[in-house]
Amino acid sequence: MIDIEKANKEALNKLLSARPMLVGMGKAIDVVPGMKENLILHAGPPITWERMCGPQRGAVIGALIYEGKAKDREEAEKIAASGEIEFSPCHHHQMVGPMAGIVSPSMPVYILENEAFGNKAYATMNEGLGKVLRMGAYSPDVIERLKWMENVMYPVMDRAIRTLGKIDLKNIIAQALHMGDELHNRNKGATSLLFRQIAPAMVKSTKDASQVEKVLKFIDGNDHTFLNLSMPAAKVSLDPARNVEGSTMVVVMARNGTDFGIQVSGLGDQWFTAPAPVPPNALYFPGFTKEDANPDIGDSSIMETSGLGGFAIGAAPAIVQFVGGTPQDGLNKTLSMYEITIGENNVYQVPYLNFRGTPTGIDIRKVVEKNIPPFIDTGIAHKEPGIGQVGAGLVDAPMEVFKKAVVAFAKKYS
Amino acid sequence: MRKISDLFKKELKVINIGLSSFREGPEEVGVKVVQVDWRPPAASDEETMDALKKLLGSKK
Repeated sequence: MIDIEKANKEALNKLLSARPMLVGMGKAIDVVPGMKENLILHAGPPITWERMCGPQRGAVIGALIYEGKAKDREEAEKIAASGEIEFSPCHHHQMVGPMAGIVSPSMPVYILENEAFGNKAYATMNEGLGKVLRMGAYSPDVIERLKWMENVMYPVMDRAIRTLGKIDLKNIIAQALHMGDELHNRNKGATSLLFRQIAPAMVKSTKDASQVEKVLKFIDGNDHTFLNLSMPAAKVSLDPARNVEGSTMVVVMARNGTDFGIQVSGLGDQWFTAPAPVPPNALYFPGFTKEDANPDIGDSSIMETSGLGGFAIGAAPAIVQFVGGTPQDGLNKTLSMYEITIGENNVYQVPYLNFRGTPTGIDIRKVVEKNIPPFIDTGIAHKEPGIGQVGAGLVDAPMEVFKKAVVAFAKKYS
Repeated sequence: MRKISDLFKKELKVINIGLSSFREGPEEVGVKVVQVDWRPPAASDEETMDALKKLLGSKK
């Protein structure tokens, strides 16, 4: 048998030595590897239009209207079902997408580079909460906002990033953990830090102050602005740890709202899937209940895969409060994640654990042996297309995917 | 046998591993119990258990 401990150490060291930088922006069609006119990317493991859940279908409908390929829901559904459009996971294109994770060719994306290894990752800009494309909404106001983001926000952001040259995301994430963020469901601190860096560069690089004002107001009004940077930062940090021969470290956890899937470093590009669970512990917006909730969805569990999000919830008491928990509950969850991880982060810390590094690098063996599933805190979309976000909650990854991966690993290496 | 008898003459210190319902009995009679959160492996079937054993063997 191969030396798994040595392989895991190598994979973890690659993750820990990452230097994720925001280096620019571009249109998906121009910069995302493999992107083409008739391709739509989605969150989670591979899925067909027929098996897609409501919110993911809703976001596809919205993307086809946004791209001018369809005029309404009926036409969009016809096109999506015709085979004319190809679907592929964001993860197959060095991308990550929150919730439905739908990316179409015209959408502007952030470009991130891991300066330690030279690899890149991409993500769209965050639209805010509630009735938004990533939650499955596609009404005219949703499309109008996306168009504004493409035509106004993108050029302003792009010029500002060019002016700065690059933005050190690891630095922002490390500070945000000391400000009550866990970088998945709470990005308030990180968004504020980004705002402080980018605002002067926006002012410096534009002639139209009114546009800058609108963009800064939009960022100020959206605490999740940084989520679409924390996610690709995690992705660009984890990708060099893929394909380490003999490593049982998880390099992807992702959901498409139908299936929950993982990929493991020593098992290449193979997905291990199980039905996505509905978050059992959640706070619903007024007028919505668990009956409205779609099963777990989005690539945002890349945060937990990298040792943040639910794994760092001990640093974010406000997140446990919204489901009626206490700061101690959050600390207990973080402490239990040390049981299933390979090591501790050397930069990202939990202040209330005497600045202990966050539990990092999920080991499929430990998950199955100790019967402790990875813990994720996440947004919740309505199960029907067109409605949007209905709440946020806490969920465990399904044990089935880790059991399948353990069996496949033993088969490959014995 | 004598040693066990001695044990019950002193203050009991109980560590309960696994099912938390077992702590309730001693606690009801005023014994302090430390609960250890432990669960059996998730490998409920033979194939997964065999695979897990092989992979954990690498720890040695």
